[in-house]
Amino acid sequence: MTTADGLPSPLADMEPESRLQSERPQQSDGSQARARIIGDSARLATPTDNAIVTNQGVSVTLRGLRAFYGDAEQVKGVDLEFRANEVTAIIGPSGCGKSTMIRCINRMHEEIPGARAEGEVLLDETDIYDPAVDVVAVRRAVGMVFQKPNPFPTMSVFDNVAAGLRLGGRVRSVGSKAELQAKVESALRGASLWEEVRERLHEPGAGLSGGQQQRLCIARSLAVDPEVILMDEPCSALDPIATLRIEELIDDLKRRVTIVIVTHNMQQAARVADRTAFLLGGELVEVGPTQQIFTTPSDPRTEEYVTGKFG
Amino acid sequence: MSGGPALLARSPLARLPDRALKLALTGLAALILALIVYFFVRLVGEAHPAFAHEGVFGFAFNNNWNVSAGRFGALPLLLGTLITSGLALLFGVPIAVATALYAAELAPLRIRSALAVLVELLAAVPSVVYGLWGIFFLAPKLQGSEQWIANRLSFVPFIGGGAVTIPNYFIGGLILAIMILPIVSAISREVIATVPSDHREAALGLGATRWEMIRIAVLPYCRAGIVGAAMLGLGRAIGETIAVTIVIGDAPQLGSHLFGQGYSLAAVIANEFGEAQGLHRSALFAAGLVLFVLTLLVNAVARVLVSRASRGRAEPTPAGVSAGGPQTLSGAAA
Repeated sequence: MTTADGLPSPLADMEPESRLQSERPQQSDGSQARARIIGDSARLATPTDNAIVTNQGVSVTLRGLRAFYGDAEQVKGVDLEFRANEVTAIIGPSGCGKSTMIRCINRMHEEIPGARAEGEVLLDETDIYDPAVDVVAVRRAVGMVFQKPNPFPTMSVFDNVAAGLRLGGRVRSVGSKAELQAKVESALRGASLWEEVRERLHEPGAGLSGGQQQRLCIARSLAVDPEVILMDEPCSALDPIATLRIEELIDDLKRRVTIVIVTHNMQQAARVADRTAFLLGGELVEVGPTQQIFTTPSDPRTEEYVTGKFG
Repeated sequence: MSGGPALLARSPLARLPDRALKLALTGLAALILALIVYFFVRLVGEAHPAFAHEGVFGFAFNNNWNVSAGRFGALPLLLGTLITSGLALLFGVPIAVATALYAAELAPLRIRSALAVLVELLAAVPSVVYGLWGIFFLAPKLQGSEQWIANRLSFVPFIGGGAVTIPNYFIGGLILAIMILPIVSAISREVIATVPSDHREAALGLGATRWEMIRIAVLPYCRAGIVGAAMLGLGRAIGETIAVTIVIGDAPQLGSHLFGQGYSLAAVIANEFGEAQGLHRSALFAAGLVLFVLTLLVNAVARVLVSRASRGRAEPTPAGVSAGGPQTLSGAAA
């Protein structure tokens, strides 16, 4: 097995499965996330000699999170925990604040003019709104996959995945070209896209099918080795087959990251999520194990929503 | 269904206004085309004696414009036009693109439109005023600095070494740079605004800083459009007459260096048409024709680039593979 440039791949003789298992750190004490977003590199456990860096995901806790667009309160004081290495689905009717809420988790809401958030968002123990926290570091620790596949149109498949690694002069910290290639390959394997694109790494990313583009975007966020991945309706622009592949992928990914997925599709939530949260009008109605939310919800509004009475 | 056919029957009269409108508009459009063709033909006709006298290449590339001796080699003029326009691009485009990026990406929302209006206000200043300001204010103020640069760079051919005159190529380029700012900036801003927010968010979501986001998501997407904007600016710079006439010095020899006096195609026409007769007159028409062809070429290239940018194909891929991406831009710039 070789990489695109004919160099022998360091990952050649290992199955992706076993790699994920063997290289995952054994425990996470929360200091890693903190070190990462506060830029305390001494405490950041990065096995630099390792071709792929895998993490155990970290938990995300919202405490009294409120979000506003101008004067309109979109998220009205939500307390919610997303457990490490679990998939949490957020369901709710359009306009209930799902997307706004997850944008607050990596501070992407700050890119929307007039949007602001109050309350706490804890990555393990660290409040990402702490003044000492660097927003850029937050977004590297908390990756995001968007509704519409958005690979960079001018870049090749390879460059799309490498884009995050090359930011901030990190190409130097990434090290050699071979190492970069290994990381790209690893990210593409992680997004189960490698087999499909290994022969066309240097073709434009925009030339892939919609489902492949979305997996390319997942690979792109995996490449910077996040601890949490936020997915904002990642399958809403995809056909059922492509959707299925993404769902399988999500199931795979949760072993290395914590996943928060916003979805309109309740079957999807039932298929992929360990826990499901139901949001209505900017308020958290109920959160619990997915099975319970869909079969024996405790709130009548949840029952009405999941049985299709409204929304 | 009685009366059905009558109800649906076409009435020739009812359609008449439509036909008349179409005819009239087609006629008007054709008139413009005819005007350009007629214009071009007359220009060639009037220029013919000069071309016959000097030869087409001789006219364009002989370094000898001497009216009293009856020699019309327009190379000094052509080069003057190219030098000043080139300088205008060199100074103007980076500032224009930076302004556009600031206005489109960085400026607080409140001041964005105000900034845009201010930049476009530069286009409202009459060019003769730029010329006046250039020759009476800018040129004397800059003479010292220009001399300093010329002395420091005395080893560089055509830039250093000579004595700086107040009117010169450099001042011409500088004034033109200011004059092309509005159009280049406005079109660049429009092109930048067509970058889908998806791409910006993709970059920011990866942990890109604002500059990195501009570098990896905005600029590559806009490259062709910005080049097109620069070409439109170049077209303006090449054709600009009165401001250049005032600040370039009107010396019909090739200036010995960047800070020396020169001439441009447009300036020579504006200055000499009054007393031109016979062959001289024809030579001015020939200069006009060269100018016309030059701007035509530049504008054609610009249109191609801008329209390619607005189709969302920023550049042909190295492998020659059609990207076939879903991205399409709305409002084509320019």
